[in-house]
Amino acid sequence: MVGIVVVSHSRRAADGIREIAQEMGGDARIEAVGGTEDGRIGTTPGPIREAIEAVGREHGVVVLVDLGSAVMNAELAIEEAAVGEVAIADAPILEGALNAAVAATSPSATVETVRQAAESAADVSKV
Amino acid sequence: MDRETQSEAVREAVEAAADRFEAEKTHLTELDSAIGDADHGANMNRGFQAALERLEDADDEPAELVKTTGVALVSEVGGASGPLYGGSLMKASQELEDGITDETTVAFAERYLETVEERGKASVGDKTMVDALTPAVHTYKKSIEVDDCEPLEALGRAVDAAQRGVAFTTPIRARKGRASYLGWRSVGHQDPGATSTLYLLEEVFEVAAEYLDGDVEMDAEADVDPEELEEAAVDDDSGGA
Repeated sequence: MVGIVVVSHSRRAADGIREIAQEMGGDARIEAVGGTEDGRIGTTPGPIREAIEAVGREHGVVVLVDLGSAVMNAELAIEEAAVGEVAIADAPILEGALNAAVAATSPSATVETVRQAAESAADVSKV
Repeated sequence: MDRETQSEAVREAVEAAADRFEAEKTHLTELDSAIGDADHGANMNRGFQAALERLEDADDEPAELVKTTGVALVSEVGGASGPLYGGSLMKASQELEDGITDETTVAFAERYLETVEERGKASVGDKTMVDALTPAVHTYKKSIEVDDCEPLEALGRAVDAAQRGVAFTTPIRARKGRASYLGWRSVGHQDPGATSTLYLLEEVFEVAAEYLDGDVEMDAEADVDPEELEEAAVDDDSGGA
């Protein structure tokens, strides 16, 4: 199954987003990474790489990110990760993670279909 | 300079940078509190302190020392400056594998700039570190390759160019990073990332001056436009509010 990694500047935000996405995504494999290793707000590439490797060895990974440095650190992590296919979805992090989780449970899911599902969340209008 | 002296110079430059960021952490954080998330000074200080620790056990090759510094920044900074400063040092360090010469330092500077631009997707005028870095790198390359300057003089000119770049970030509107969320409210504030880039270059210049010929004056101190200084002073006042 295609893995999903949620990367936020906040540990609690990342965990919460995973919790919501997991409820809809059933047995989807989702890892949450947030904050720095010493518990501050921020992101570092090391834990992101570990998460990617934890869920992506078989069928690849789609990464959902929040703000600027999360994108840069995810890119660095991807360069160093020992995983075949990894894509960062250009999507709102919560809605994208939820869509990705649902899409990942499809038997024919690929990194590309999961990424597209996540990115389709960008077009949804809320009000 | 033999390889051993080069390594010594690199270690000393990292120490000088660490001291500078320790001294300027409050100032940088003040600049960042005006248009960012108020952690730039603390982050740079933490990153360079970690680099000092990691350098104790690092292999004594110039390229390896620069790379180790980059790895420390990437893992310890925790903000965008981690991948921007650290990731770029890691990549650019490859250019120093044959040691530190006029040619390899030009290649290093260009690779560093290229990596920052790629990673940050920023260009000149976005109110980021690129506004200090681009003129500095271009000036260094031109001074070496076209004007045939001694490396120390070229570096002095690069510092001067970076200082002008920092002044340029004050009146413009941010288009990248956290500051861009402020839109027009970012106008009138000096960019913290451009400022820390200037500090780093100034420290590299100081250490280079010790190792090369100490006769060349740094232009940035002696030859600065008074208007720029005034703007910087105004910003210092408002930055801490």
